[in-house]
Amino acid sequence: MFVVRHASSGAAHFIAEHCAEHISVMNAGDGSHSHPTQAMLDMLTIRQHKPDFTPLRVAIVGDILHSRVARSQILALNTLGVSEVRVIAPLTLLPYDARKLGVHVYHDLVEGITDVDVIIMLRLQKERMSGAFLPSEHEYYNLYGLTEEKLKYAKPDAIVMHPGPINRGVEMESSVADGDASVILEQVSNGIAVRMAIMSMCLGSQAENQREAKP
Amino acid sequence: MSSQFPSISIINGRLVDPANHIDEALDLHIAEGKVLAVGKKPEGFEPEKIIDAKNKIVCPGLVDINVRLREPGLEFKATIESETAAAAKAGITTLVCQPDTNPVIDTAAVVELIRRKAKHSGKARVLTLGAMTQSLAGHEISEMSALKAAGCVAISNAGKPLANTLVERRALEYASTFDINVFVKPEDPHLRNKGCVHEGVVAARLGLPGFAQSAETVAIARDIALAEATNARLHFQTISTARGVQKIQQGLNNGISLSADVAAHQLHLTEQDVDGFDSCCHVDPPLRTLLDRDALRQAVADGTISAICSDHQPHDMDAKLHPFPESEAGISSLETLLGLTLKLVQDKIIDLPTAIARLTIGPAEITDLPFGRLDVGRSADICIFDLESHWILNDEEIISEGHNTPFINWEFSGQVTHTLFEGRLVHERKPR
Repeated sequence: MFVVRHASSGAAHFIAEHCAEHISVMNAGDGSHSHPTQAMLDMLTIRQHKPDFTPLRVAIVGDILHSRVARSQILALNTLGVSEVRVIAPLTLLPYDARKLGVHVYHDLVEGITDVDVIIMLRLQKERMSGAFLPSEHEYYNLYGLTEEKLKYAKPDAIVMHPGPINRGVEMESSVADGDASVILEQVSNGIAVRMAIMSMCLGSQAENQREAKP
Repeated sequence: MSSQFPSISIINGRLVDPANHIDEALDLHIAEGKVLAVGKKPEGFEPEKIIDAKNKIVCPGLVDINVRLREPGLEFKATIESETAAAAKAGITTLVCQPDTNPVIDTAAVVELIRRKAKHSGKARVLTLGAMTQSLAGHEISEMSALKAAGCVAISNAGKPLANTLVERRALEYASTFDINVFVKPEDPHLRNKGCVHEGVVAARLGLPGFAQSAETVAIARDIALAEATNARLHFQTISTARGVQKIQQGLNNGISLSADVAAHQLHLTEQDVDGFDSCCHVDPPLRTLLDRDALRQAVADGTISAICSDHQPHDMDAKLHPFPESEAGISSLETLLGLTLKLVQDKIIDLPTAIARLTIGPAEITDLPFGRLDVGRSADICIFDLESHWILNDEEIISEGHNTPFINWEFSGQVTHTLFEGRLVHERKPR
């Protein structure tokens, strides 16, 4: 088995293409393309709090353009049939024609999180400031930082998620990160379980194939 | 003399020579490497060889104005010998190569080296574009006048960025002084950034760095403004966007001296073909949308784009064995140039004479070359193909050293049966 994390989109795919059939390749994040295990652990965490996906409104906030996590989450949420996925960001941090990913696009945080069940905050890389994507951390926090005040616009039982590590005071207020709505630590625990399960399923089926191959 | 240039008659074929508005059953008679007569056999002419072109198309040898043969400097990818052999098989008799060899084509000595190598191969004519700036570095303009005297048909910076707009203005002014044609691949390097696929739905989904349409259109607008200001003759290479075509049309309507070509693959593939991270579809400029593809086809039909080129870029195996963004861009495309162009005839986008014009007289006029036409006295560069014979591209039959092509297993019409270069048979397909 290969567990592959790589800076280039498509790297895990490329390695899988050139591996023998019995080798498992687990994508641990490739460029801005996908991060499937993160999305799976996020879905598990959502499910533990909201067993039925179909009525859910989910908002993803932050750097969608460079986020492999967001791409995998959008795919997972739409596959599970949630009623709405929203992305909230300025145009510089959104992919071209983002709607085609199957999301509703918002540029205003309060408008975007109004009446949602789940808020997923994305990590903001510091280098976005130097690349002319954003003017400053301060302005980003003012516009897109999640505060207790703004959180009130979401549903009363809404949960707040973050793939970690959090930039406190950039993506969200500490009191939100550590507050009642936060399920961030559960995400961390679920991450271990989900990744163990994926490895076990891949290697388990390999062991089974080997047993079958032997007379 | 007769052993070097055998006298040949090509009989029973359908002669398509768009430059002379010919599309009818006419024989062609060749002597001393030149066209001796079109139609009736001249009195007393007894050809040493007769080629029966029954049910076949006889047209001028194809002129491909945008190729990379990789020699000198990148012989591990391909050589002049190998690629001219591939050209001969594909009916191409004139190749114009980009200056990004190693050493760069910025001195007469490199031009001469390439000429000698090509002469030694003898399978196709290889002409060169001179570097627009020294070492293609984008800072100091090259010795354009000397390069022209050495035989360069135009100057180009081979898609490498110029330091700034002032260098471009000076290069255009200097070229204009000596009536040198300037080839540009329109691209704003800042807007392009690290883009490797069209900035569209597929890039958004795959998380690949997008190559914005505006990186091309901004450059075209800038280049046209500079051409207008300097009176330079400007040729746009490998246009990829519908908006780019529009801008060129506007420039032409304003009477500015412009021309444009397109790579054959842009007329067939789109961003959707990149899905699955197929590095064989990693090309530069990138494959765009279906709307762009259709606008490019329309521009080929109405003549805004007067030449179709191969944008041939043969690669070694390793070049494509990387995750998509790190793989090298380009398709080995000499051997699919005619086939892809004839598909436009099948798809009823253009008629056969127009298709042939875009591969012969169109590119020849852009480069002021006396080829791509078959009047009496012209070099006997001739391509004969069977429009009804269908063939499938398979890896084993590729002659080019580069096997990097997304067209494996595609079915084409128009198998080239004979190629004559300067009156000599350089390719003949043996009947199976």
